[in-house]
Order: sequence, then structure tokens, then C-alpha cells
Amino acid sequence: MTDEKPALRLENIVKTFPGVRALDDVSFAVMPGEVHALMGENGAGKSTLMKVLGGILQPNEGRIFIEEESTIMTTPLDAKAKGVVFIHQELSLADELSVAENIFLGELPRKSFGRVDWGKLYEQTDAILKTLNVGFNARTRVGDLSIANQQMVEIARALTVDPRAVIFDEPTASLTDAEKVVLFDVIADLKSRGVGIVYISHRMEEIFKITDRISVLRDGQYRGTLETAKTDEDEVTQLMIGRSLDLSRNEEHREHGEVALEVRGLSCGDLYRDVSFKVHRGEVVGFYGLVGAGRTEIAETIFGLRDPSEGQILLDGQELRIHSPVDAIRHGISLVPEDRKGQGLVLGMNCRDNMTLPQVDDLTAGPFVSDGAEIAIFDQYRDKLDIRTPGWRQTVGNLSGGNQQKIVIGKWLSMHPNVLIVDEPTRGIDVGSKSEIHNLIRDLAGQGYAVIVISSEMPEVLHVSDRIVAMYHGRIMREFSAEEVTEDSLIQAISGIESEKVA
Amino acid sequence: MTKDTRANLVKQGAIWAFIVVELIFFTVAGNFMSVSEQSFIDFDNMLLLLKQSAPIGIIALGMTIIMINGNIDLSVGATFALSAIVLLDSMTWPIFAGLGDWVIPVSWTLALLTGVVLGAINGLIVWKTGVDAFIVTLGAMLGYRGLVFMYNGEQPTSHLNWTLVDFAEAQFLGLHTATWFLLGTALVLWLVMTKTVHGRNAYAIGNNREAAVNAGIRVGPHFLLNFMLIGFLAALSAVVFYSESGSVNPNDGMLYELWAITAVVLGGTKLTGGYGSIVSTLGGVIAIQLLRKGLGHIGADTETVNLVIGLILIAVLFLDRQLNRKGKEELKI
Repeated sequence: MTDEKPALRLENIVKTFPGVRALDDVSFAVMPGEVHALMGENGAGKSTLMKVLGGILQPNEGRIFIEEESTIMTTPLDAKAKGVVFIHQELSLADELSVAENIFLGELPRKSFGRVDWGKLYEQTDAILKTLNVGFNARTRVGDLSIANQQMVEIARALTVDPRAVIFDEPTASLTDAEKVVLFDVIADLKSRGVGIVYISHRMEEIFKITDRISVLRDGQYRGTLETAKTDEDEVTQLMIGRSLDLSRNEEHREHGEVALEVRGLSCGDLYRDVSFKVHRGEVVGFYGLVGAGRTEIAETIFGLRDPSEGQILLDGQELRIHSPVDAIRHGISLVPEDRKGQGLVLGMNCRDNMTLPQVDDLTAGPFVSDGAEIAIFDQYRDKLDIRTPGWRQTVGNLSGGNQQKIVIGKWLSMHPNVLIVDEPTRGIDVGSKSEIHNLIRDLAGQGYAVIVISSEMPEVLHVSDRIVAMYHGRIMREFSAEEVTEDSLIQAISGIESEKVA
Repeated sequence: MTKDTRANLVKQGAIWAFIVVELIFFTVAGNFMSVSEQSFIDFDNMLLLLKQSAPIGIIALGMTIIMINGNIDLSVGATFALSAIVLLDSMTWPIFAGLGDWVIPVSWTLALLTGVVLGAINGLIVWKTGVDAFIVTLGAMLGYRGLVFMYNGEQPTSHLNWTLVDFAEAQFLGLHTATWFLLGTALVLWLVMTKTVHGRNAYAIGNNREAAVNAGIRVGPHFLLNFMLIGFLAALSAVVFYSESGSVNPNDGMLYELWAITAVVLGGTKLTGGYGSIVSTLGGVIAIQLLRKGLGHIGADTETVNLVIGLILIAVLFLDRQLNRKGKEELKI
């Protein structure tokens, strides 16, 4: 394998966005017939790298080689024509069109006067589908297919050209175990045809099952490549997270105050059922579970974005009626949402206005907003949270992820909430800011706030929580105190294994 | 001063630079091509220009807020016409016969109320159904125009009140009544958008509605208020204009919505919401009126004027896109 030319090679790629160096001198190569895993935490630069590769973004520096020939990918179509094909995590298919039309979208075979050559279209499609061994045909409407089969359509689309490299981005995210087996067969088949495969995934078992080598990105930098057969999960994790991140278990023992928030028998349709828990003042409660376990939905219910079908929400022993965020905010319940840019910030607005947005009603002098009062609040929380920005006029969209998150947290802290819910506090944030945010969350609890942290990262949950609630399929499986929790029992709980359920 | 604020200043200044270019061009070109002896930058001519900008200008100022919200209102032209009819017709109603000139404030109030109610209908539908404002106000545009025709068929509705005409033709400090209304509206709305909570919320909602909801902003009532406001302004525009002219044709105000949107967009407000300024819209309004008058001054006919304005609008937006795209990622999908 070493004598061969790489199917695809990236050299010293640099990509910057305002305020962030998303890719910093990244090099990466995939050989023909190799399955090469690309790993890294959220925000490590994987998706940016793939966008550069796919012609969606242009790198500021660096070169791309296909079979050692330097090329420039101008558009996704151009990348495909050059033999680099993507199987995206989010499928981009037209539901109302047939499988064949989707596969040849934009490249339908034509007859004279621009008429579609349907015969040829279906013939070519069925030929490709045959090699994939699937149970549907060229004329099937895509909207009628399962997610797994839709993914097969995407793969079939990749095979309309003679691909040099196929990139799979979290392909198993929504597949069942049986469907995964089929997918892995297809990948093995591509591999045997000499196609280079880039496999992006967070799931270690898969990575160790199907890949040949593993390359790791961290904070936009290339951190090394490991031979899958000669490494283990620990080594990969260490490369991914780095030693700089302190994710030791939380071993503080603090006295907690009164119960601040209590939830009794809360249900919301199929999203979650019969959820009960308490959060004390001065305590961080971590919610851990797989994506889709209902954690975010519970947070949204408490914050008034969803109406529960049953159950009660109590604050300081008083039952609350919360039908909108307005109600929640009035009772001092605040939410730092999962999708910072989509739900938490008004990206086009400046830092100060973002921070004071929920309370600007109270910062008026006569009919007008008082600039001074606003700036005072901004300055206070900029210093308190160590937000690095040239000034309050800076547009929030130009800040780094960590500083953006601090603005969202500052927005609520400045209103002195009773309960602070933080959903995925460090998603897409670099390692340095991660520990700052973790420390901040611990500090807040120390100051007597009741804090709920929802996270999909186990080290994070273990690091910040005093108590951990494990969820599986919309149910609370178990509650752990920081002293008793072990990684094994936590994983079992969120996988639905009911071991020695404690009352 | 950060880079952002500087960039914003440049952007807001652009429309005024364009106005200066227009003035220079038409003055110079006018010297060679004009049929009249009068210079283009004649003081009276400019005062008249401001007065003529008022009807669409007042509507465009309101449209700015609607568009900063990320909405649009296509029904303003019909609202304008219906309010005008209420204004002129109500002055002839027998129940007001004993009021003498006191009928004027009564009719004004009725006309303005008409605008507010029509706007409120739009706003309530947008709030309660969640249907896109484009669709709702497209329906309203047709519906309200239908009401206009139901009122008096194809006939114009006319009534001249000489006290009112005197008021409308008056000049205070050189500026016409209509100009004062335009500038007054601009001042009030500028204060609202830059200094008040309502203005702040308008930008936040337009920029990221979900984040605005999460910050506890009541988006529905906010929309309702803004649709009532633009209804009021469409009616105010009608009140100002028809106080002088005294006769409404059922087709009056048609395409006003599009002229207003043109002025707003020319002023740099984004169709997607979240960005825009009242002052720049005022610039957009004046720029369009300058073009019309200027082209007329050098002998172009109405058809040519429309063609040129259309071309300039597209050119300006293309230029804006080019300038804005610099340093940002180009969309390729």
C-alpha cells in the first residue's frame, strides 16, 4: 500500500473565518482501497475540512491532490466530476422524485430537444442499484423509502461517476444495527474496488471495526494518524481531547441549599414520559443520554417552549404555569440552548444588545432605552465572565464560539435567575474555552444557582455534575450521585439496561 | 469605533452619496438637454420634490419596520385608497353636517382608524395563523381593493374642503405640509427604531426569530403592532395627499406597495430582515423621486423613467451584494 499514490491528499490546508482559525495547516491523505477514519470533537474542524474538500468552501492556503495531481475544487459538482463524492449525514434528496431522477439529478440523460431519455435513465439506474444489492428499483419514489434506503440512493448517486474517494459523514447516525451491516458491506465492496474511503464518525466501535487508519483533528489542527490495528480507544481519545483539558471527576462535596426546581411526573407525548427530579440551589445536575433521549425536550418544556401533556413543574414548592418563555423568564428560569447560533444569539446584533435582550424592557429611561444602564450590565458581565471582545459594538457573529457562549450565559446571569439550564454547554467550542465554561458552571453552583447541564459528552457530565440523571428513550433510567457513578453503570443506564435499579 | 460600525456607516452613507451623484448629473445634463431654462437644483424645485416624495415616503418608512421584522406588507396601496375614500366621503355624511370645519379632525380620525383597523386585520392573521405575511397581505391587497370598488364602483369619490386645501398647501419655514408630515414621521420612527425597546426587538426578531422567542420577546403582538403602524401610516399618507387633491379614483394607490418596497430596498434594508434603517429609507425615497424628476427634467417620458429606475434598483442591489460578499463565504448551493 505504501508504494501507491494516495487517492486523495490534502496539504497544509488553512481556512479562517472571522475570529476563528477553523483549519490550521492540516494535511491528510487517503490511499486507494483504504478506509480512513477522520476523528475529532465537535468543532475540531472535520466538517470544515470536508467542505473544503467538497468545493463548498475555498481554503485560504494549501493544496488538494487527486492521485497526486494538484486540483482546485470549485463547487460540489466539480468535486464529484473529479471523483470525490460525499455521503452526507443529512440526506439531500428530493422526496417527490423517483430514485432514478434523484441519482441523476442535474445530469439526466437526454434525447433530442432536451427530452429526458427515460429508458436509458432507468436502465443505468437499475445497473447501479444491482451492484448495491438493494430491495427497491429505479422508479420508486424516494419519499417512500426508509432512511437507510435513502442513504443507499445517496451512495448510488456517488457511483454514477467512477469515484476516487468517497466521504461518509456520520453515516450510521440514524441506522439500525441491521442496516449498519448492509452499509458496512457496501463500504467493504467499495474498498475492494480500490476506492479511498474517508469515514467520519464519533462511534469508536464502528471505527475499530471497519477502518484501517485513524487521523485525528483537534482545534483545527492535525494531531496525527494511527494504524487502527495498533492502537486503542484510549490513545485515540487522548489525541482527540488532548491533555490540556481537565476532565477529572468532580470530587467537590458541597452542602446544597433548598430544592429550587422540582419536576413531578412530567410527560410530553412520545418525547418523554413520567419524568421526576429535583434540583437544589448550589447544585449542578447533569442530564446524560443519547441524542433523542428527550433531554432537550424536557429543558424546552421547563422553559415554556413545549406544553407538557401531564405533570407539574414547581419552583420553591410553588407550582408554576409556564406556557411560553415569557412565563419562564418571569419566574427566573433560563435556558442556554443547544444551538447557540440558531436559538441563543441574534448574530447580526452587537454584544451588548444580545446580552440585555431579555431585560431591555427594564432598562429604559422614559420611552427610550438607557444606553448607560445597558453598557453597565455588559461591562460587569464581560469582566465577570472574561468575555474577550474589542468592545460592546462588536457583532456577535464575529466572536469565537466560547465567547459567544459566554454572552448567552451572561445574558441570563445578569437577570439573576433561579434556575439555569445549559444544553450542550461546550458544543463547538475549543478546548481552552471548554474548561473555562466548565469552571464557570461550577462557580455558578458555588454562588447558589441551581444549574442543569445537558450534555452528550460523558467526561463533561462527570466533570461538572453533583448528580447525574441518566435518560434512555424518554425515561429517566437512574440517578447517580457524583460519588457512586461509574462510567460502566452510566453507559448501561443510557443504553436502556436496567441494572440494580435504585429507588 | 470597530470595523463593523464603520462598515455600517459606509453602507448608510451610500444612498446619500448616490443622491449627490444624481444631483450633479441632472444639473450638468440639464444644462445641455433640458427644455426649461430653470436649473435643476432650484430651491423651489427641491422643496416640491420633497413634497412629492411624501405619499410613498410615509408608507416606505413604515415598510422599513415591517421589512426589518422580516415581513412585508403588500396591502398598503389598497389601504391608502380605502382610507382616502373614508376621508373624503365622511366629510359629506349628513350626521356630520352640523360640524362645519370641525368635520376635518373627525374625518381625519375616521380615515386613520380605517388604516389601523385594516393593518390590525393583517397583523392578527399573521400572528394567529402563522401564515407568511407575503401571502396574508397579498390576499389583503386584493380584498381591500375589492372594498374600494364596492364603495363607489368605477366612480371617483370627490369632496373638496377649502380649509383643508389651504392647510395642505400651506408652507411653514418654506416646507410644505406634506413634507412636514414626511419628516415628522421619519423622526418619530427613527427614534422608535434606534432608541426604544420596540425597535430593538424588531431587529432581533428579524435577525433570528427563534433567539428572540427564547429571550422572551412576544413576537405575535409585536407583529400586530407593526402592521397597525403601517396601516396607520398608509392612512396618514392618504390623509395628507387627498386633503389637497380632493378626489380618489378607485385605482389610486396601486403599485404604491412596490414603490415603497423599492425605496426601502434602495436604502439598504434587507428583504430577509434584521437589518435596515429609517434614515436610509428616507434617502431611498428621495433618490427615487430625484430620478423621476431629473429624468423628466432632461426630457425622458414616464416609461423611460420606470425602465431606468428598475435598472438602477437591480444594479444597486448587485453592487451591494458584491461589496457585502467580500470576506464572507460565497453561497454555492
